[in-house]
Order: sequence, then structure tokens, then C-alpha cells
Amino acid sequence: MSARVGVVTFPGSLDDGDAARAIRIAGGEAVRLWHDDPHLHGAEAIVLPGGFSYGDYLRCGAIARFAPVMQTVVDAAERGMPVLGICNGFQILCEAHLLPGALTRNEHLHFRNRDQWLRIESAGTAWTNAFTPGQEALIPVKNGEGRYVADPRTLDELEANGRIVARYVGSNPNGSLHDIAAISNEAGNVVGIMPHPEHAVEALTGPSLDGLGFFGSVVRNLAGVPA
Amino acid sequence: MISEPDAVPAAGATGSAAMPADRTGVDTVDRAKVTPQERQPYAELGLRDDEYDRIRDILGRRPTQSELAMYSIMWSEHCSYKSSKVHLRQFGEKAPPSDRLLAGIGENAGVVRVSDRLAVTFKVESHNHPSFVEPYQGAATGVGGIVRDILAMGARPVAVMDPLRFGAADHEDTARVLPGVVAGIGGYGNCLGLPNIGGEVVFDPCYQGNPLVNALCLGVLPVDRLQNKAATGPGNVVVLLGAKTGRDGIGGVSVLASATFDDASEQRRPSVQVGDPFVEKLLIEACLELYDAGLVVGIQDLGGAGLTCALTETAAAAGTGMRVWLERVPLREPSMTPQEILASESQERMLLIVAPDKLDAVLKTADRWGVAATAIGEVLAADQGGGRLHITWHDQAVVDVPPTSLVDEAPVYARPMREPGDLILLQADRAETLPRPATPEQLRETLLRMVASPNLCDKTWVTEQYDRYVLGNTVLAQPEDAGVVRIDEQTGLGVALSVDGNGRYTRLDPYHGAKLALAESYRNVAVTGARPVAVTDCLNFGSPEDPGVMWQFAEAVRGLADGCAELGIPVTGGNVSFYNQTGGAAINPTPVVGVLGVLDDVAGRVPMGFTPPTNPDGDPIFLLGATRAELSGSEWAWVTHRHLGGSPPRVDLAAEQALAELIAEAARVGHLRSAHDLSDGGLAQALVESCLRYGVGARIVVPDEFAADTLPFVWLFSESTARALVSVPRGQEKAMAALCREHGFPWAVIGVTDRSSGSLDIRRHFSVGLDELRAAHTSTMPRLFGGPGGAPAAPDNSAEDVGEG
Repeated sequence: MSARVGVVTFPGSLDDGDAARAIRIAGGEAVRLWHDDPHLHGAEAIVLPGGFSYGDYLRCGAIARFAPVMQTVVDAAERGMPVLGICNGFQILCEAHLLPGALTRNEHLHFRNRDQWLRIESAGTAWTNAFTPGQEALIPVKNGEGRYVADPRTLDELEANGRIVARYVGSNPNGSLHDIAAISNEAGNVVGIMPHPEHAVEALTGPSLDGLGFFGSVVRNLAGVPA
Repeated sequence: MISEPDAVPAAGATGSAAMPADRTGVDTVDRAKVTPQERQPYAELGLRDDEYDRIRDILGRRPTQSELAMYSIMWSEHCSYKSSKVHLRQFGEKAPPSDRLLAGIGENAGVVRVSDRLAVTFKVESHNHPSFVEPYQGAATGVGGIVRDILAMGARPVAVMDPLRFGAADHEDTARVLPGVVAGIGGYGNCLGLPNIGGEVVFDPCYQGNPLVNALCLGVLPVDRLQNKAATGPGNVVVLLGAKTGRDGIGGVSVLASATFDDASEQRRPSVQVGDPFVEKLLIEACLELYDAGLVVGIQDLGGAGLTCALTETAAAAGTGMRVWLERVPLREPSMTPQEILASESQERMLLIVAPDKLDAVLKTADRWGVAATAIGEVLAADQGGGRLHITWHDQAVVDVPPTSLVDEAPVYARPMREPGDLILLQADRAETLPRPATPEQLRETLLRMVASPNLCDKTWVTEQYDRYVLGNTVLAQPEDAGVVRIDEQTGLGVALSVDGNGRYTRLDPYHGAKLALAESYRNVAVTGARPVAVTDCLNFGSPEDPGVMWQFAEAVRGLADGCAELGIPVTGGNVSFYNQTGGAAINPTPVVGVLGVLDDVAGRVPMGFTPPTNPDGDPIFLLGATRAELSGSEWAWVTHRHLGGSPPRVDLAAEQALAELIAEAARVGHLRSAHDLSDGGLAQALVESCLRYGVGARIVVPDEFAADTLPFVWLFSESTARALVSVPRGQEKAMAALCREHGFPWAVIGVTDRSSGSLDIRRHFSVGLDELRAAHTSTMPRLFGGPGGAPAAPDNSAEDVGEG
């Protein structure tokens, strides 16, 4: 049986269908989850997709963290379930305190969509173990509030403990501190990433197939292949 | 209520202290009957004396304030097409027969069948006036409005495009309008989750004070999910779905879009609607769920003219009457008057016609998506209540009208037309006689100047503010010639879309200018390998009350209708925007034409850029089509001489069709690695864009017949039509040449792609490095509009290549 990976739809989620497609292409089974339903319906890993949940009212991700499904997701993440937050999903993970720091308005103040080179810094997470450390990946970035910020102590800790999962290479698209594109929690099961790996899974529609590594990692993990 | 001195003469506000309000402040039908002589502000609302008299004839009394507001809106130029109708008929009369067309002109959008199971719907519309007054919201709600049109047909919106035109690039007002418009389009479209797959950004001083903000949306539906707007079924419930109604946008269509700009225009900001894309996203999902569950009898979006338009059009389409309790409309502002509620253009609303036994299910679905749904009325039989639209406000009748009188019986004008007096002189002033660059050094300089000019430069500064990836089906997007979207993941079925217009060509010759816009859009679709099947148009013109403008309009419509007939593809819908004029100065007549094509499998699409050749000798480059000395109206004449005169390039639709067939066949048999249409800036621009796309250079040889004097310049910069630049896999050049001969289409091998040189080399003339070209091409927009800018990082494009901001 293939790995069951849940994709949560909040009101205003936009890339939920894309995340589900990416999971299928990576060999997993996508389970669609609804913000108002706390049950995970047998999902063994969770993707919080990109978009503008609740219209980004108040603050990106600030309302979504209170959705009924999120309590279940937080509990499951704390017990070790792999959780990936992409873009708005990353913002939600920060608001839910599963990840430290915050995503703020891009330094140049514009929404920016471009194909972006990343360097995978850590292959020790549930979502990146199909990569080799230092490997570069071309993944679309698209956000208006993607600038990762945290206090110096948190940044030091992320650096020291290998929790910076990916960094922007070449140009930094939004002014993120330490060129951070993705981070993980201490256990490595929860990852937040600003760029969109689900948009780099088909030669026809993406700039590369590099995004498949993220979904392939979790599918392989759940199938029991050691990290 | 009394208007404040400087406020908008809002439809509904009496604007006149002379009209005493009764105790409740509401002008009722009963009151109208007994106060026939009361002065009414019809002129302020844009109605003429004879139009007002006709309303009185229709009603047999004076209209109430609410009715007056409704007629002034529905009979406005924007809603009634009263000046354009007599001309637009040609689109239907001359249209080629098509068994693909499931819905055409007059519906919210045209619907075209693309397979046994699927249809697509697409339409382009203007939001010009609001976008000048309030760029961000004007542009944002332009996207929102066209998306609801597409949604109302039963389709899921899947992509948007935005043809934009601004004043001079370096004018200070352009620096205000452009960033706001772009941010508004991105802010709304990105939040809806719709990829933006193409469009135009054009600068010309004629659009100073009258920017053109057109928006196109594409939707996909199963053929059996097609919806219509008819309020059929007496006893059915009228449901208002979506956002609360507020005071925004009152007078949007009647006051703002149906009049010429003047000094007071800046004060009309309250007439611009304010958008909330989050609510629209929920509205889309709720409506699609309602369609799939079969819960809706009829549906109409609320856009320009708001509730007035939706109520009257749904009733008129079915020939039924309607009873509406207006106090049930959820309001943002409790003090709103009935006429304000009827005139409001608050966004993100839809009107549903629902069978009574389905009402609970509808309300439940709406609730699941967190969208308000309110039953506000009931459909009446044609013989019940006289088939009229009855609207009450707390039990007092405020409207009692025949709905068809607002929709179908609006005045129609055959306005006077006269060829502009300056046209003969303008046409005589040909650009072919201008001084031309003659030396290799001058040619090289001209090339660099052209690729950096505002109209030809790289528009990444704009397009990277739009999400082009969402939904995961974008196969091609800007800067490609056309956007290509996959609509069926199983079969690979997809569509290609392009929007194009050239106001300069149309100024010089409106009949052929419109055909040229059609030809370019058709060609852009064709070079992707797609088969063009349908057309939408947005006709942007000055004031119809100016006979010169009206002549331009009539000629352009005639040209477009003739062109569509020649190409065998129908106009399926569109929009007219008049009054793009400040004082006496009208914009260049600007028909913007969108062409939709079908690709049976998007995997076979042809990209525009030279791809890295697998063979060290490079891929042969073919120029398809014939080049003539056609420089009038060209980008070169404008950039280097600020010249506009002469006759635009000859349009040859038979050649366009032959080119399209040749490319489709060549793509099918695998002869094409790339194909790029030639248009503004001619061959030189096409070469530069093809090289820069993937950083692949080219070695080009000027053909012998263009070797003498300034002919190399003509070859590089002429804007002759029906041409394309293609690269062919090494080894297939003979087969490609044979195919061209078989199709009887002119062709020439003009060079090879070059992976290693890193330059564009025009043999015996000049060579220019791709780095230098890229720097020139990409630095203009960041320099003009600020920000970090530069080209996006690409695999072959290190940070050092990026133009300085």
C-alpha cells in the first residue's frame, strides 16, 4: 500500500490540488483534509499547502492555526508525524509554534514569482532525505511575505543544529535572513519551505523535476526505507 | 438624502434639495404617481431629455428615484452598447458557421466546445476608467469582474491575462498608475489562485490620463455543466450569494465609464469598487459545488450595474416577472437607500435562481464555504403581476417596471461618423522615407536601443508579480508568444491564448489595424502549434459623440468582423469601452483581440526560444514568410524618430492561415525546436528574444536580396506580417524545406543557433554579446519603476549577468 499523505484545504488554500498531484506523482496516495474536520482520515504525513488561508486576514497563517484540523496536526507533529508547510503552510507552522521565527513582507515589497535555485543544506529531515547535502535544486518561488526572520539566538541555533534545510543560491528573492528558504524542527519531521516544490514535479509545467525529491522523501520514509 | 457638494452624483442620491423627501425619505411608486411634475436629476445621471421622456412613456408616470437610477445605469453606454450595437451586429452576421460554439455574444462569455466532454469559455473586458482613478482597486476588481463572468457560465476559471496600456513610460503619472495596476492585478489574481499566463504592456503618450486596463479570463467546464442566466420557473427563489452590499462603486458604469474624463475625475474615487479576492475565491468554490450538485436553475454575476443589472437581465432572459424584498439584501452600511442598494457595484456577489425545494441545500453549501446566501425574491409568471419587476422596501413599492424595458429596449443610436480630417495627411507622411541606419555600427546601436525601448524591453518587472504556476497546468506563460494551459491531465488536451492590439496601426488605418490585431493574436497562437478556433475582443476607443472616433470604431469593427470571417473563426464575446478620452484628446483607437487555439496534446507545444542544440553545428534557423519594406507605424519609427504616419504593414489573412497550417504540421512531425512570431520590432526583436530565452546564441546571414544599401536594416526591422522565426533540429532542414515548398509558403534558411559563442552574430554586419543584449533588454523597467529588478536567476544566467536596477 502506498503512503497516505494528507493535504489540508483551508478557505483560501490555492496550491492544495498541486500538492496532491505532486504526492501522486511521487508514488504516494493523497488524502484531502478539510480545515473544519479534525480527523486525519488515515494520513501518515501532512502537507499544509500554499495560498492565502482566510485571506491572509490579520496576518498570514494567524487564523489558520486555530482551525480544528490544526490541533490534530500539531499533536501528530509533536508525536513525530512528518509535516511539510509550503509558503502559506510555512507561515501557519510558524504561527502554530511548530517552527520558530516568522515570515514577513518581502524586503522589496513586491510579490515575486521566479524560478529559484536552492541548496539543500540538510538531508536529515523526513522531507529531504532523498537529496544529498549540498545538492542544488531549481524550484519556483512565489510570495509576497516570504522573508524569513528570527532573533539572532534562534538563527544561531538553527545554524548550529543543522535545521536550515535549504538556502537561496545566487540571488535572495525576498531578503530572508541567512538566505533561509526552508527550516525544520529539532526532530526533523516538521519542515517549512517558502518555495514551491509542488510546482517542479512535471517537465511540462515546471522548471525542473527537483520538487519531487521532497515528496519522494516522505513517501520512501513511510514505506519503511531508512532515512 | 442630499448629496454633498463634491460627491459623486450617485445614482439614487437626489442631488437636488428641490425634491422634498417624504417622512421615510423614500420615493415610492405611489408618490411618483401623485407628483408627476417633480424635477428629477436625470441629466446628472447621464440621461438625455428624450431618454427621460421615453422612460415616462414606458411607465406612464415619472420614474421613482430607484427606477431612475436603474434606467440611468442600464441605458448607459457601458451597459446598453447604445452607440456600438448597430456596428457590433456584424460579428454575428458575418460569423462563419461553427458547431463548436455553445454560447455566444450576449451571454456573460462565449463558450467553445473543445472535446466531446469539455468546453472552454473566455472573454476580455475593460476596467480602464476605474484603474486611472484608483489604480490598485480598479485593476483588481477588473480581474474580479471578468472572473465572475466566466464563473457564471458554469466554468472553473483557470487562467487570466492582462493587456495593459499606459502613457509615456517616463511620465510621472505612469509611475503612479503602472505599479498600482500591476500590484492590483497580482493582488487579486494571485489570491484567487489563477495563473497569469500572458498579456501586454504597452506605452504611448496617447494613453496618458487614459490607461487601458483590460482583463481576460479563461474557464473550463464539462459541456453538460453550462449555466444560463434565465430566471425561469415561477415560484423559484432569487438568492443573493456572496459579499454584503456597500456604497462602493455607485455610478461606476454610468458616471465613470460612460463619460469623458475631466478635472473632476479625481473626485470620483468612491465610484471605484473595492475588491476582496478571498471572498471571490470562496464564491468560486461555492458556485462550482452548487453547479455540480445541480442546485441552480439560473445564475448571473453582479458586476457593473450591480443588482439592477442582475435582476433585470435574469428576468428579461426568461420573460418572467420578479418580486424582490430589497430590505433583505445584507448591507455593509445600514443607512443605504433603496436606490443605492440597486446601484451599488460591490464586488464578489452572484445572483442565483433556485427551486424552493433546493433552497436549503444551497444555503448549506454556501455556509460550508462561509459565504452569505440570502433569499431576496421570487420569480413570477409572465402573466402574474404583468411580468413586471416589483421591488419593495419595507412594504413600500419603490420599483415597478417591465424588465425588458431596461435590458432590450434601451435606446440605440446610429451616431454620426466622419473620417478624421488629419488622416490623409497622416497617411501621406510615410516612415519609409525616414533616415535609416546605414553602417554596421549604426545597425548595432539601433538594435541595442530598440531592445531596451519601453515597448520592446523585458517585462519581468511586471510579470514576476503574478503567479504563473498555481493550478499546475501552465505549459507556456509570458514571455512566450501565447499562454498554453493544459485542461485535461489524462489526455493532455490544452488551449493556447494570446491577446494583442496595436493602437498605432489602428490610428493609421482602423479597418486594417483591427485586422492586424487579429492577425497577430492568431499568429501568436499558431506558433505554439495550436489550432485557432475562436475570438474575443475589447474595443477601446474615445468618445462616440466625436464623429471621427465613431468612424474609427465602425471601421475597426468592420475590419475585425471581415477578418474573422476570412479566418473562419467567430467572435464569441467581448466588450466595448468608449470615452477613453480626456478633453478633446482621444486615445489611439485600440481594439485588443484575443484568440483561443486548441492543442490536442500540450506536450507537442512549440516554445519560442532557441533551445541548446544537441549537435555542435547548431540547429538551422528558418525565416518563414516574405519581408517587405514596411516601416510605417513601426516600433523603429516611433523609438528612433517619434514618428507615426503612413500605412501600416499589409495584412494578408490567407498567408496567416497558411503559416498556421505549416507550423501546426511541422510541429506535428517534429520539425520544430522553437517558433517565435515576428511583430513589433520585426526580425531583430524576434532574434534577440529567441536567443535570450535560454541563453543560446545565433549566427545569421543576411540574404543576398537584402544585402545592398540599407536593406539589411529593412530586413531586420520591417514589421511585415505573416512571418515566424523557427529553429529546426539539425538533420531535418531538408524535410522542413520540403514541407514549406509543399505548403507553397516562402522560407529562407538564415543561419544556425550557436550554443558556445554567447552572441548574436549578424555576419558581415555586427555581433553583440548576449550579456550586453540581456543587460539592455532587462534594465529598462527596473530603471523606470524602481525595485531590485533585473532578470530572474536562470540556470545559465549568473548574478553578474543581471542588469543593474
